[in-house]
Amino acid sequence: MIADGIEDEEKWLAEGIAGIQHNAFYMHRALDANNLREALKYSAHMLSELRTSKLSPHKYYDLYMRAFDELRRLEIFFKDESRHGVSIVDLYELVQHAGNILPRLYLLCTVGSVYIRSKEAPVRDVLKDLVEMCRGVQHPIRGLFLRSYLSQVSRDKLPDIGSEYEGDADSVMDSVEFVLQNFTEMNKLWVRLQHQGPGQIREKREKERNELRDLVGKNLHLLSQIEGVDLEMYKDTVLPRVLEQVVNCKDELAQFYLMECIIQVFPDEYHLQTLETLLGACPQLQPTVDIRTVLSQLMERLSNYAASSTDVLPEFLQVEAFTKLSSAIGRVIEAQVDMPIVGAIALQVSLLTFTLRVHPDRLDYVDQVLGACVKKLSDKPKLDDKRATKQVVALLSAPLDKYNDIVTALTLSNYPRVMDHLDNETNKVMAMVIIQSVMKNNTCISTADKVEVLFELIKGLIKDSDGTDLDEVKLITCDVDEEDFNEEQNSVARLIHMLHNNDPEEMVKIICTVKKHIMSGGPRRLPFTVPSLVFSALRLIRQLQGQDGDVVGEDVPATPKKIFQLLNETIEALSSVPSPELALRLYLQCAEAANDCDLEPVAYEFFTQAFVLYEEEIADSKAQVTAIHLIIGMLQRMNVFGVENRDTLTHKATGYSAKLLKKPDQCRAVYACSHLFWVDDQDGIKDGERVLLCLKRALRIANAAQQMANVTRGSSGPVTLFVEILNKYLYYFEKGNPHITSATIQGLLELINTEIQSPTSDAFFASTLRYIQFQKQKGGILGEKYDSIKVHWERQCTSAMTLLYNFFGFF
Amino acid sequence: MPSIVTGQPPPLQNPLLPLREIQRTSLEPRIREHLKIETVFHRCLCTDSGLIYNQHACNILITFADGKSRKQVPLKKENGQTVTVPLFQSQENIAGKITIEPMQGKKIDHNGVKVELLGQIEMYFDRGNFYDFTSLVRELDVPGEIYERKTYPFEFSTVEMPYETYNGVNVRLRYNFLKFTAMKFSAFAFFFGYKGGIVECKRLDAASCLFVPAALYVLKVTISRGYGGSIIEYQDFMVRNYTPPPPINNSIKMEVGIEDCLHIEFEYNKSKYHLKDVIIGKIYFLLVRIKIKNMDLEIRRRESTGSGTNTHVETETLAKFELMDGAPVRGESIPIRLFLSPYELTPTHRNINNKFSVKYFLNLVLVDEEDRRYFKQQEITMYRLQDETS
Repeated sequence: MIADGIEDEEKWLAEGIAGIQHNAFYMHRALDANNLREALKYSAHMLSELRTSKLSPHKYYDLYMRAFDELRRLEIFFKDESRHGVSIVDLYELVQHAGNILPRLYLLCTVGSVYIRSKEAPVRDVLKDLVEMCRGVQHPIRGLFLRSYLSQVSRDKLPDIGSEYEGDADSVMDSVEFVLQNFTEMNKLWVRLQHQGPGQIREKREKERNELRDLVGKNLHLLSQIEGVDLEMYKDTVLPRVLEQVVNCKDELAQFYLMECIIQVFPDEYHLQTLETLLGACPQLQPTVDIRTVLSQLMERLSNYAASSTDVLPEFLQVEAFTKLSSAIGRVIEAQVDMPIVGAIALQVSLLTFTLRVHPDRLDYVDQVLGACVKKLSDKPKLDDKRATKQVVALLSAPLDKYNDIVTALTLSNYPRVMDHLDNETNKVMAMVIIQSVMKNNTCISTADKVEVLFELIKGLIKDSDGTDLDEVKLITCDVDEEDFNEEQNSVARLIHMLHNNDPEEMVKIICTVKKHIMSGGPRRLPFTVPSLVFSALRLIRQLQGQDGDVVGEDVPATPKKIFQLLNETIEALSSVPSPELALRLYLQCAEAANDCDLEPVAYEFFTQAFVLYEEEIADSKAQVTAIHLIIGMLQRMNVFGVENRDTLTHKATGYSAKLLKKPDQCRAVYACSHLFWVDDQDGIKDGERVLLCLKRALRIANAAQQMANVTRGSSGPVTLFVEILNKYLYYFEKGNPHITSATIQGLLELINTEIQSPTSDAFFASTLRYIQFQKQKGGILGEKYDSIKVHWERQCTSAMTLLYNFFGFF
Repeated sequence: MPSIVTGQPPPLQNPLLPLREIQRTSLEPRIREHLKIETVFHRCLCTDSGLIYNQHACNILITFADGKSRKQVPLKKENGQTVTVPLFQSQENIAGKITIEPMQGKKIDHNGVKVELLGQIEMYFDRGNFYDFTSLVRELDVPGEIYERKTYPFEFSTVEMPYETYNGVNVRLRYNFLKFTAMKFSAFAFFFGYKGGIVECKRLDAASCLFVPAALYVLKVTISRGYGGSIIEYQDFMVRNYTPPPPINNSIKMEVGIEDCLHIEFEYNKSKYHLKDVIIGKIYFLLVRIKIKNMDLEIRRRESTGSGTNTHVETETLAKFELMDGAPVRGESIPIRLFLSPYELTPTHRNINNKFSVKYFLNLVLVDEEDRRYFKQQEITMYRLQDETS
């Protein structure tokens, strides 16, 4: 059926074209013969083809264009009075004798244009008459094309500044009046088009209307081209009239298109100066009109304009562009109750973009925009609309992108309030965006206030929004990707390092703030965030230490001591969540720092804490091994302790070492402990006897381990432990421990030799032997020391047991 | 608001006339018939001429004193031909010469020569008979003989010619000069009618002949003869009377419509128009609930002849002028500008000699998409203004 319709239409069009051609032929003949009467007759016949109602706008346009071309020839004929011998005034009357209105008006317009050109009558009168007479055609399509024709033939004859048609009686005002009226009428017709025909073809109508819209829009374009339309006139006449029509037509399609048109065709400067009027119309538009796009375009244009030259910026300020836009958007949102939240937010995003581009220095504006969003969002507790959420993210990201500086965003009081309205997921995403922005730009956030705000912003990452108590269960059972979580928390940790201020006092505040926030993070987050904080604080301590503690006084908050107190609390929190290993390491780090600061009690306290942790929390044997080695390592480097404290701690350490579960672990820990008694620097402790005791104990344990291996596995296994101990011996031997003699080493060597099949079978032992050999050959003081040690590359027959006995018996 | 009445057009005295729907008028077919008959006339009249007598007896030539300077206007005759005749108006002197030239070697015996100025009306229902409303006679010669060319001056001074020449569907009004009637030719005259008069006769069916009534003026020269019939020559002329612009000329303005369906207000700038006038006006749509397709303004002429039960009314649409194309909406105002000059209009004639009237109406017709017509008819008065060219 539709195909039939199209076919029919083609047929009708063909008939119409044929009719035009037929009559045009006779018209040409009459024109050639200078026969006015015949020319009028056939032109009227020809134009009668345009009376059809059967064609769609598209096809009708085709027909119209053909008639249009013919009318050009007729116009040329009319222009030449000598050819037809009738004065233009009479001709103007003559064409009005035609009985049918459509041909009559087409002819009238044609003659009218000649009439204007002849300047025999005031242009304004002719224009006014033409535009008035055209009212007779009320059929939307025919009327639109007729008026379009009128506009076409008169456009180069409008009185304008500097045009030949400008005279005393004819001013630009008349042109404007004419175009405005034509525009108004065309728009009415255009709007009316939608009411034609039954409902089911409404869609088709809409499509057809869209095809015709440029006919209407052309009028606005024409207006913008009239040079005489200066700002004054635009403001007082053109814009109010156009807007009046736009508002009154109450048609969605028309309103949208025309608003777009206005924004596109008139100069930016005009828009800026008439913002109030233009924006005033927006809330009056139909609720379904996509005002967002319209306003976005306007703001886009204005911001481009602002960007085009710095000279225009004062104008923006002068007209208070932002305030006007802002209040307009507010009114639009208010007026359009049904507008989805996404629309409202999107409008605000546009405004924000505008603000950022035009007034980058006006943070208060940005804040206002955000405030407006908060107001809008406050109706609902959380956003559940995906698209709206997206818009909010865009809204929040815009300032970050613009300023490349989170610090700026931090001064926006409404920023966090907007974020509050996001759901958890999005909130996290947004927080990540913020953090990434900080990272990317390497922004250093240097005051506690800002830190406070920042953490407020990213609190989605810092803690769980609802009830921290239930967290653990929830997180484990239903929470998101572990990897994502880790990444988020790593980002937070990185962020903490970006918080820095050279002023210790401020830095302390920062640290306090951070601490306050991260402490609420719950067990899963603390392991990520606390280390960052601790190291950040330690850095401060070292900085203070670098300043020699000159400023240290009671009234100064930033003393290392106080910071250590803080750290103590922090780490304690970590240990209370099951993350003892980490806490232990941090305690040790702190202890070291305290050591450097010469704060014995503090250091001692940290060690105590570490030991407590070791005792109470670290149950896993492997972890114990690691921990004890860490403790030993750290303790070895401590130089702040007095004898008593040190003894206590070392004693503890050795004690724990010997109590490790596995023998090899025991052995290794014990021989490591030996270092606690021998600090190899200027005034370190050098207690050779206790070193030897440790080593001997290690040997004993090694031996026990060896035997145990024999019992359980039937073979003695490798002698690694012995070799390791041997290396320790060698170390102390070289360092000059008087209790380690070459004889002792000799004994140990032989012991090992008996345990293994061949010295070459164990690579470690072999290289140790080679080392001894090397030292011997090198000579010097060390070489001499080694001289007495004999290296046997062959296996001795002596039983291992004997040797061992001898070895121990020797001491 | 006036109410809607269906049926025939309302009587004129109803001032607040509603628009109404009517059937298409039955006028058109009759007009066609009329045209057909006209062509028949044309043929049969070709042979009818005063020359028949003149050939046998004499040539009669009527000339007007100011013939060269007097304005000549076309007059459409009943046979369809258009001849050019001099134009007079009331109170003018009609003077000139009548030359009678007998055929070579012939003499004319006559009982007298006279010239008559006749104003006549011919009626639809009484075709072939002229009612003389004006009859002036000038005796030119006493009975005697005419041997050679002889010229008689004549003059009718300040002739009262109150009625214009009118050539209507149903009526003709003519003024003419006259003279004489010869019995001998009376029978002939019976068949061929009066020269310049409506021919008709028995050959035509009176009911279908529409070329009457008419009001005509003619000069009739009669050479009376006792035998052989009188010799008669006619000279038509036209009378037009000019009216000054009326001192009061109100506009016509009215709100009409159909309850809750269509309310319009129309306005014509005047109620009296001269023949070359322009009707300016507008139609304002107050309420539109029907889908209007177009709107026309018609000029209608109504001739009424006779009186009482004999009254016959014939209405003719002279102009159909499209005012609007498409469906207007409430609040639209549609301009009217109708130039009257292209149409063949005459002044309004009221009760001419108690025989006939000619009235003009503006008929506003709205047609909806289902081709229903809604109309409102308003009388306008036409008058002839001096300075007009035709």
